[in-house]
Amino acid sequence: MEVLYASCVGVLVACGIYLILRARTFPVVLGLTMLSYAVNLFLFSSGRLTINKAAVLGSGSEYADPLPQALVLTAIVIGFAMTAFVVILSIRGRADLGNDHVDGHLVKSSKEQK
Amino acid sequence: MIQHLASLPILIPMLTGVILLMPPCGKNLYIRRVMSVIMAVITVLISAGLLVYVNDTTPLVYAIGDWSAPFGIVLVADRLATLLVLLTSLLGAVVVLYSCAGDDKKGSFFHPLVHFLILGVNGAFLTGDVFNLFVFFEVLLIASYSLLMHAGDKHNTRAALQYVILNLIGSSVFLIALGVLYGVLGTLNIADLAQKVPLLTGDDVYLAKIGGLLLIVVFALKGALLPLHLWLPNTYASALPVVAALFAIMTKVGVYAMLRVYTVIFGDNAGELAHMAQPWLWGLALATIVMGAIGVLASQDFRKLVANLVIVSVGTLVALVALQNVAATAALLYYLVHSTIVCAALFLLADLVALQRGKVADRLVAGRAVAQPFLLGISFVIAALTVVGMPPLSGFVGKIWILKSTLDSEKAMLFWPIYLLASLAVLVAISRAGTSLFWDHKHKDSDAIKGVNAHPLKVIALMTLLICSPLMVIFAGPVSEFMLATSEQLFDINSGINDVLHGGQ
Repeated sequence: MEVLYASCVGVLVACGIYLILRARTFPVVLGLTMLSYAVNLFLFSSGRLTINKAAVLGSGSEYADPLPQALVLTAIVIGFAMTAFVVILSIRGRADLGNDHVDGHLVKSSKEQK
Repeated sequence: MIQHLASLPILIPMLTGVILLMPPCGKNLYIRRVMSVIMAVITVLISAGLLVYVNDTTPLVYAIGDWSAPFGIVLVADRLATLLVLLTSLLGAVVVLYSCAGDDKKGSFFHPLVHFLILGVNGAFLTGDVFNLFVFFEVLLIASYSLLMHAGDKHNTRAALQYVILNLIGSSVFLIALGVLYGVLGTLNIADLAQKVPLLTGDDVYLAKIGGLLLIVVFALKGALLPLHLWLPNTYASALPVVAALFAIMTKVGVYAMLRVYTVIFGDNAGELAHMAQPWLWGLALATIVMGAIGVLASQDFRKLVANLVIVSVGTLVALVALQNVAATAALLYYLVHSTIVCAALFLLADLVALQRGKVADRLVAGRAVAQPFLLGISFVIAALTVVGMPPLSGFVGKIWILKSTLDSEKAMLFWPIYLLASLAVLVAISRAGTSLFWDHKHKDSDAIKGVNAHPLKVIALMTLLICSPLMVIFAGPVSEFMLATSEQLFDINSGINDVLHGGQ
C-alpha cells in the first residue's frame, strides 16, 4: 500500500511541477491544483498509513492519528479558496493583458514586437 | 482575565474587518473611515498594553478554547511577538490614516482588507504552533492579494498573477515541510518541537533536517531572500504606494519565522540538528545584500529603489539571524523596527512626490518642481539619513550596533565589507534619487503644478512614521535594553518551553 500511495503522490507532484513550468495560465492553475492534491495526500500519510484502526474513542490502545485529518481538512479549504482566487485572477489577466501568458506582455507592446 | 489580552490583537482587527463590511460602515464612506481609524488606534493601544504587560512578567500563553499545549493551539505573547505586533498595528494605523485622504476610494473594500491583513500578520507573530503559522500566512496572503489589486491597472494584474502563483507554490512547500516534521516528531507546537528534536535518532534526524530545510524555502520566499526575491521589486512597485508601505511588514514575517524556527527549534539545544540552517542562511543573506545593492543602484524610479532597499534590509536581517547569538539578535530587532518604519515612510513619500511631479511621477528623470519643496524635501532628508545610516538618526544606531555585534565573530571579515559597501551604494543611489526628484528641472514645463498640495492626513501619517526615527535615538537606552531582554528571552529556550508546555511551573 505504501508503494502505491507514495507513487501516487510522486506522480501528482511531477505532473504538477511540469504544468507549473508551462508559460500559460491555464496549465499553471491545473499544475497548482495537482500539487495541492499531492500535498493533501502527503499530509494525510504523515500520521502513518494504517488499516482497520479506530478513531480516538474510549480506551482503545490502537487508534488512527486524528490530527493529519484535521490538517488536511484545513489545507483543502485553504487550497480551494486560493485556487478559486487564482482562476479569477487568470481570467482577469487574460482580459487585461490580451493574452494568457504568465509572464504576459501588454497587447500594445506585443504588436510593436511584430 | 488578563490572559485574554493575548488574543485581542487578532480578534480586534477581525471584528473590525467584519464591522466595516456591514451597514452603516459598508455604505457610508465617512463613517467607514472614522470607524476604521478608531479601531486601528484601539489595536495599537491594545498591542502597546500587551507589550507593557509582557515586559514585566513571563510570556503570556493563551490556550485557545482552553485546550492546553501541545494538544491545542496556543498563542504565545512573549516580548519578541508583542514587539512585532505593536509594530504591525502602528504601521496599520498609519496606513489607514493615509488612505483616508483618498486612496481608499479607488477600489472596493480597502479598509476591511487592511484590517484582515493586520489580523494575519499579528496572528503569524503571536501563534505558538507551526500549522497555525501556515493558516495565518494564508490569511495575510489572501488579504495582500486583494490589496495588491486595489486600484490596479494592467501592469498590476501581471505582477499580482506572478505573486499569487509563487505564493501558492510556497504554501504547498510549506505544507510538505510541515507534513515531514509532523510525521517524524508527532507534534506541530513550536515548544514541543523544540523539546523533541534533540531526542531524534537514526534516519529520523535526516527526515527532520529535510523538513527544516524545506521551511527555509518557504520563509525565503516570504522574506524575499535570494534567489526567491525576484517577485518583490515588481510587486511592491506596482502596488499602490500606501499598500506597499503596509507590505513593508510582510517580508519581516518571513524573517521572524526564520528567527523563531531556527533559534528555538533548530537552535543551540537541537542536538545533531543544532544550527543546521546557519550556512544556508548566511550565504544567501550576503548574496541578497549584494543583489539588493545592485538593484538599488539600477532602479529607474523611486518606488523600485525603495523596493530594492527592502531587499537589502532583508539580507542584513537574515545575516544576523544566521549568527544566532544574543547580541546579534538584539541588533537585528532594533534594525528590523527601524527598517520597517523607514521603508514604509519612503513608500508614502514616493507617493506624495509622484503626485506633485505630474507626468514624470516618481521616475528618476528631470521633471517638474514639487509644489511643496520644503515639506517634502525635509521629509526626504530625514528618511534618507535614516535609511543610509548617517548620524544622528536611528539608522546610525542600528548600523553601529550591527557592526559591533558582528565584530567578535570570525564572520566579520566577510560581513563588514559587504554590508558597508552596500551602505555606500544606498548612499549614492539615494543622493542621486533626491537630486533628480527635487533639483533637476530641465524639463520643458518645469513649474510646479498649483493646488496639488499634500492632503493634511497624508502629511500627518508620514510625520508619524518619520518621528519614530529620532525617537528611537532619543530613547535608545531603554529601547536597546528592551531589545537585549527580548533577545535573551528568545534564546532562553528551556524556560520558553517550560512556559508554554507546563504553564511556567
